[in-house]
Amino acid sequence: MTPAGLIPVFIAGSLFVWFAQMVPVIGGGDTLRYVWEWVPSLGVNVSIYIDGLSLTFALLITGIGALVMLYSARYLAGHVHQARFSLYLTLFMLAMIGLVTSDNLLALFVFWELTTITSYLLIGFNHDTAKARRSALQALMMTGIGGLALLAGIILIGTTAGTFEMSEINAMDGVLKDSVMYLPIVLLVLAGAFTKSAQMPFHFWLPNAMAAPTPVSAYLHSATMVKAGVYLMARTHPSLAGTDFWLWTLTIAGAVTMVFASVMALRQTDLKLALAYTTLMALGALTLLLGNESGYTITAAATFLIVHSLYKAALFLVVGILDAQTGTRDANSLFGMARALPITAMAAAIAAFSMAGFPPFLGFIGKELKYAGAIAVASEPIFVAGAVLISSALMVAIAGIVSFRPFWSKSGEPIPNVKEAPWPMLVGPVVLAILGAFFGIFPETLATTLVNPTVAAIIGNAEPAKELKLWAGVNLPLFLSIATFVLGFTIYAFKQQLRTILIGMTTRGPSFDNGWDKLMAGIASGSKALTRMIQTGVLYHYMVVTFGTALAVLAVTLWFRSTGIPDMGFPQVELWDWLVFLLVLLGAILTLFTNSRITAIAGLGVVGIGMAMIFILYSAPDVAITQLLVETLVVVLFAAAALKLPHLTPEPLRKRWLDAIIAVGMGVVTTIILLKVTNGPIDRELTTFFETASWPEAFGQNIVNVILVDFRALDTFGEIAVVLIAAISIFALLKSKPEEDNQ
Amino acid sequence: MNSVILVAGARLQAVLLLVFSAYMMLRGHNAPGGGFIGGLIAATAFVVYAIACGTEDARKALRFDPGSIAGAGLGIALIAGIMAAFWGDALFTGQWLFIGATEDSKGIPLSTVLVFDIGVYLVVLGAILSITFALEDAV
Repeated sequence: MTPAGLIPVFIAGSLFVWFAQMVPVIGGGDTLRYVWEWVPSLGVNVSIYIDGLSLTFALLITGIGALVMLYSARYLAGHVHQARFSLYLTLFMLAMIGLVTSDNLLALFVFWELTTITSYLLIGFNHDTAKARRSALQALMMTGIGGLALLAGIILIGTTAGTFEMSEINAMDGVLKDSVMYLPIVLLVLAGAFTKSAQMPFHFWLPNAMAAPTPVSAYLHSATMVKAGVYLMARTHPSLAGTDFWLWTLTIAGAVTMVFASVMALRQTDLKLALAYTTLMALGALTLLLGNESGYTITAAATFLIVHSLYKAALFLVVGILDAQTGTRDANSLFGMARALPITAMAAAIAAFSMAGFPPFLGFIGKELKYAGAIAVASEPIFVAGAVLISSALMVAIAGIVSFRPFWSKSGEPIPNVKEAPWPMLVGPVVLAILGAFFGIFPETLATTLVNPTVAAIIGNAEPAKELKLWAGVNLPLFLSIATFVLGFTIYAFKQQLRTILIGMTTRGPSFDNGWDKLMAGIASGSKALTRMIQTGVLYHYMVVTFGTALAVLAVTLWFRSTGIPDMGFPQVELWDWLVFLLVLLGAILTLFTNSRITAIAGLGVVGIGMAMIFILYSAPDVAITQLLVETLVVVLFAAAALKLPHLTPEPLRKRWLDAIIAVGMGVVTTIILLKVTNGPIDRELTTFFETASWPEAFGQNIVNVILVDFRALDTFGEIAVVLIAAISIFALLKSKPEEDNQ
Repeated sequence: MNSVILVAGARLQAVLLLVFSAYMMLRGHNAPGGGFIGGLIAATAFVVYAIACGTEDARKALRFDPGSIAGAGLGIALIAGIMAAFWGDALFTGQWLFIGATEDSKGIPLSTVLVFDIGVYLVVLGAILSITFALEDAV
């Protein structure tokens, strides 16, 4: 193992220890908060807030992170890009820690997006396969769209509550629930949470994300990142939960996802994909549980969160070992591998017992609590309990498929010459599986340290968490558990038949994944068509559209927003004014009717110089000089280009009616606007300020220049930057070769 | 174009225009002029020169790549703006130094505002010339 593989293990391990020493404080009911102001004018702080919820997540992230990184140090040993992999994984871990410890919602959003980006990099780690690239992009787009919705939701929360600090918002009772923005906020936040946590109908990216190396699947797409959505729902729970809308949205989305995913899991023969769908099921269950406010359901959610992360990460790592040691992870080719892989088989068995929910493992307590919570859902206990029953029974069957059959089944021949995995790859699954068993036997150790403070954080008040017990007496959850096992074993027994039926059903029906491809292809072809329509490449079209739009907007505004043309009487016009007017008119006529480009340009120049003379007549020497110089340069530049262009062949006048309408229309509209502006009262406050302040404060008598370089220097700076950018663009256009343009 | 009169005239005119452009820029704070106008006049000088003697010669006369001149101008303007920070003022606040100031006169005024205007001058000059030269090369 190389340093590139081991440094992340060290980082994750140290962070785990650092978070672990906070357990006594947080378990005692306290919370920790540190604040650094980052962008105080926008209310963006780097604020760390650690309560039970953050700490539970942080411990899962760093603890599982350390084990997964140790595993991958060996799993990817010798890979060309091992260092890159370690870097991505470490960055992901840090982003995830930031996400769960940030109190400021904007900071949370930044970390949220960082996890999306690192997830993209990790799914696409095997970038030489098209499937990995597609899956990575799909995950990025799905969670990215959700991320944008979340950002909008966060901004709404911030403007509604007046702060972005979640701990403060949760402390303000009902500040979001009673606001008119409640519904948009919930919709936007849930859009973020559902895409990240792969709830129906946004679920399809998660199974595809299994294109990533197995440690990534175990870490990101099972134990941590996909739970970010769950974290968000839990974090905003005190402020957003408690309404019918929240309850029903989460319950229905969670229940549908849970049942759909567990059925789909049974269909898979690739062990990793089967696990991916069971992860979906777990995320659905967590969403379902977070819909409620009762102590039972939230305790169930907090416990199941920990249970699931432990067993699911263990099982993913086990599948990774099977894949690495035997070369396959197809459920139909792996039988009786327990003799060759004894330690892996033991770890798989313990984790699977927890997943199936057998006593005395932690999964049993989690399942009992889920039933108790489902029954506690006041509105529709039968619907919810039924969904939990079906999915839990399927979990029993799938636990059998994933960890019983490959190791213990005698239905087929074991693959020969398989050696047990090296120790770094075994540590992870063994430790995680044993923890599941340990917490099952001593549930109070988990309850007092992590579950109770987490429940307190999610509910947002002091309502005590329900006790974690192995034996809660003979009650309805116990009977439901027994029903689960019976149903689960039955499904396992008939799995081949069921799978055949499922494959028949799912291959015929429409698939979300294909729908995604169609959507992407539609967007691409739609934007191509739009581009072809807008970007004709003909300068004339651009001019018509630009000025036509300007004319329409101005004319419509004038028509609806103002009354009549102001009566100004005939103005006093001096002889000079008449001469300039005639000059401009002549220049314009010359431009319109000439057949020579050079003459047309000269005509335009005459118009420009006429304008400059008007500026001089009305005492604006700076503007006049600039106009004159620009006019000169433009004529020179145009003339240089015109030398190489063919002669003008002007269209017959009757074909130029559109140009005439736009030109005359612009002239009329501009005239009316100018008349109205000069006719109304003019606010001279700024002019007066510049006149009085220019000499004493800025030591300049030329007010125009003083405004440019002093009062409004920042604007000028922006303008000269634009001048430079324009120059670079024109330069690039002129220097690009025509062959390249034609492509 | 190969006209001796034009070439000789353009050389003389370019020099005069350049001196004039510097004058226009420096007087800008109190009289019509300034960096923008100065830059335009200087650009005109080189454009006239390029028409008379060709862009190759005009480039040589300019010595620096026009794009670099524009970039340097933007940098100078930015530095002029940032210098306000040394006096603890907001970005782009003008800073003044009056050399030899007495009761009656302000002496020779030096300021970051002038530096900023020089930046504007260079950006305008460089931007126009890079467009002109590229255009004349292209046709």
